[in-house]
Amino acid sequence: MGKKLLLANDHVPGIKNYEVYRANGGYKSVEKAIKTMSPDAVVEEVKKSGLRGRGGAGFPTGMKWSFLAKPEGVARYIVCNADESEPGTFKDRYLMSRIPHILIEGMITSGFALGATAGYIYIRGEYFYIVSILEKAIEEAYQNGWLGKNILGSGFDYDLYVQVGAGAYICGEETALLESLEGKRGNPRIKPPFPAIAGLYGCPTVVNNVETIAAVVPIINEGGEAYAAVGIGKSAGTKLISASGHINKPGVYEIEMGITVEDFIYSDEYCGGIINGRKLKAVVAGGSSVPILPADKILTTPAGEKRLMSYESLSEGGFASGTMLGSGGFIVMDETTSIVQNLHTFARFYHHESCGQCSPCREGTGWMEKILHKILDGHGTMADIELLWEIQAKIEGNTICPLGDAAAWPVASAIRHFRSEFEEFVQNPTNLKKVRHYESVNQLVSA
Amino acid sequence: MAKVTIDGKTIEVPDGTSILQAARMIGPDVAPPTMCYHSKLKTSGGYCRTCLVEVTKGSDKDPRPMPKLVASCRTNVMDGMEVGNLTSPKVVEARKGVVEFLLLNHPLDCPICDQAGECHLQDLGYDHGSAKTRTDFERRTFEKISLGDKIQLHMTRCILCYRCVKVADQITDNRVHGVLNRGDHSEISTYIEKVIDNDFSGNMIDVCPVGALTDKTFRFKSRVWFTKPVCANRNCDKCSGKVHLWYKGEEVLRVTGRKDQWGEVEEFICNTCRYDKKKTSDWEIEGPAEVNRHSVISANHYQVLKKGSEFKLNDIKPLPITEGEGS
Amino acid sequence: MSEVKFSNDSLAVIEKIVARYPEGKHKSALLPVLHLAQAEFDGWLSPEAMDEVARVLNLKSIEVYEVASFYTMFNLSPVGKCLIEVCRTSSCWLKGANEIVEHIEKKLNIKDGETTPDGMFTLKTVECLGSCGTAPMMMIGAQFHENLTYDKVDSILETCKTEDKRKTYFDQVNIEHY
Repeated sequence: MGKKLLLANDHVPGIKNYEVYRANGGYKSVEKAIKTMSPDAVVEEVKKSGLRGRGGAGFPTGMKWSFLAKPEGVARYIVCNADESEPGTFKDRYLMSRIPHILIEGMITSGFALGATAGYIYIRGEYFYIVSILEKAIEEAYQNGWLGKNILGSGFDYDLYVQVGAGAYICGEETALLESLEGKRGNPRIKPPFPAIAGLYGCPTVVNNVETIAAVVPIINEGGEAYAAVGIGKSAGTKLISASGHINKPGVYEIEMGITVEDFIYSDEYCGGIINGRKLKAVVAGGSSVPILPADKILTTPAGEKRLMSYESLSEGGFASGTMLGSGGFIVMDETTSIVQNLHTFARFYHHESCGQCSPCREGTGWMEKILHKILDGHGTMADIELLWEIQAKIEGNTICPLGDAAAWPVASAIRHFRSEFEEFVQNPTNLKKVRHYESVNQLVSA
Repeated sequence: MAKVTIDGKTIEVPDGTSILQAARMIGPDVAPPTMCYHSKLKTSGGYCRTCLVEVTKGSDKDPRPMPKLVASCRTNVMDGMEVGNLTSPKVVEARKGVVEFLLLNHPLDCPICDQAGECHLQDLGYDHGSAKTRTDFERRTFEKISLGDKIQLHMTRCILCYRCVKVADQITDNRVHGVLNRGDHSEISTYIEKVIDNDFSGNMIDVCPVGALTDKTFRFKSRVWFTKPVCANRNCDKCSGKVHLWYKGEEVLRVTGRKDQWGEVEEFICNTCRYDKKKTSDWEIEGPAEVNRHSVISANHYQVLKKGSEFKLNDIKPLPITEGEGS
Repeated sequence: MSEVKFSNDSLAVIEKIVARYPEGKHKSALLPVLHLAQAEFDGWLSPEAMDEVARVLNLKSIEVYEVASFYTMFNLSPVGKCLIEVCRTSSCWLKGANEIVEHIEKKLNIKDGETTPDGMFTLKTVECLGSCGTAPMMMIGAQFHENLTYDKVDSILETCKTEDKRKTYFDQVNIEHY
């Protein structure tokens, strides 16, 4: 069994409630930080831990924190990005609904480190039922003196609120999230300035993912160095992986970074292998945005070594033969899967979620979806495959925010690694009808 | 001050100058095209991506190139920065893509569009686009909407530059229109049909780079290239009173704000000047207006025969076309 | 149509929501208040409902329209008492989401986006709801129905029919905790 830092107490009955959480060591990081450490020392500890943003980009958290501007007399904010919407990703939902207090605790400790006056947890609207869970946890934290004025007699005042979104993937982009939190359309801002200088209400702001904030708790409790010792190289600590698709045991797994991809897919501790003993065809390893890889490339690096579940190993080979850890949304596809049909669901997703602000993304995402639809309808041509390739290339890197890249990469990687399937669809449209998931249909009929 | 080199030409500009502004200072040859940026509107720019440039050297202090193309209208220069615009193959290629995206759902109804001849999208397509279209999908369409008796909205032609929204936000006191919906369903609208009626609403027409917002009092009266733009002014208690009058014969067909050489309004004008003062006697005539960089109008370089009070409308004559020109 | 006005209970909640933001930043309350409005005014946001939101938050109506039309959870036209939102992005598609949609379409005799003539059900296909490990799934009100099978869908729809109240996102939210 790998080390568990966030889900260590997941099995404890009633861990959702304050008393049980507290009795199992909860809120110790707040006590330790406020009573024995300076805010800067907390930041230092996070830097030492090597923690990287768990929302997808993997930017070093301590460094992000150290960029926060601290002008006199100006409010500072910490905002938790709980707008988990990347297809294939459901770890934050799991964590918040099972152990809400670890997020509240992390928000307090982080808020203290950053000298924040208030914190906001921005949660996607579709997770409406979790709002109550978080609000209850926050209320308990207030009642027990962890939030509010003069916390633990330290003079540190800090309030924490939950803000609910209303259906927009783009609000996971941090500046779109801030716009939304200000009650506006979720249009990403043009950077610079970055939120660390001018974020919420124009004030210096740090935005971190749920899992990132939660990881601050074990980092402060056990020390940055201890955290850095878990994992492998620059992929320090543990990572929550959301496993879905054609596997025997879908779910959220906390893994110690550095286990092999093969182990993760096939061992009984994790995914438990492919359903019905079928063959693995492809994996989207880090949420819909990251390049899809065929079985051989996801299991093995270009150097012929076993690929590991880590930022570095997954990206080995660049986009030619590698991918990214992203948000840890691990979607497994068996040999019956049509890559083109799956890609169509991604393309439809990005088309649906583009905010429409900048032209390449607004027009390009819809165009790609239409072409894929045409191919699936049996009217595609070989030129359409080239056109798809060119459109994604014209979107990538040319948009205001990373949604453009996120829409382009799945298309590029699917063509790069599975071009023959596109060609097959174009040349033999009659075969199309045969491509269907009888597996899943059977599964829909109750035994 | 910061020294910046764009397409091999160097200029020294004050700190805080954008790459676009610096390029414009050097001159039209190196200035990137723009569709959504407007110098008189705060926070404009960044959306259309036509002004993307390649920063091949960040600054003297940090010479690393920028990893992605940047919107020159929203990126400030650094001392020692080197920028590629038309000399960068990456930029040329990306810009071609942007034009294709902007035209993807555009109706291309230029023959019946009032903006034709002074349309930034026409110019952009001509200068930076490709000759062939690669889409055979049905184009997005919207119903025509009347925003009161003065402004017509053809959403189908809109490129979502946000300029008209910024005009309403920044120079009028009650914005009733905005961008609704999202993605490629986004549209400029009042949602439930409303009249846009305030003293400065007409400026929405002037800032619209395409034919999405047109002046109902001018629609279908004349192609712009058959009109003669003249600088004129009047004492106005609401605005500067500095306008362009667009004549056909002796008749003023429309009044607009004056635009600079980049096609951006210099000073916003009020609706009284725009709609209610259409007689020559309402105005003090200054002389022919110089219209640059506009495909059709600028082909008719008007000859200035006389200035000021001596100036007569009929004295404005197109320059004779000499052989070899105009091709 | 009767006048669209927030109840006093809702106004009290709105006051609490506005207090979460710094002075003058009350626009931040827009999304939460639009959710309240949708729940209170028949499950959708009519122009009158949005104008009421604008009034209580002291915003221009257009600011409310712009925002309401951006977010997919806000319905700008009437919906049935049970809004069925079926996810069909990748992981759900891999596990048969399209078949679930077809099944519901057949069962209720409506297409995606339509409402049954009795006003009971509206079917809406949506993008990833973050329930990929328990695919296929659908959301009714705020409740996630996961690991769907045809039988399970049938029994959920049957239960919905017997319930009189409109399903809203507040079904599992203690309004004290909103």
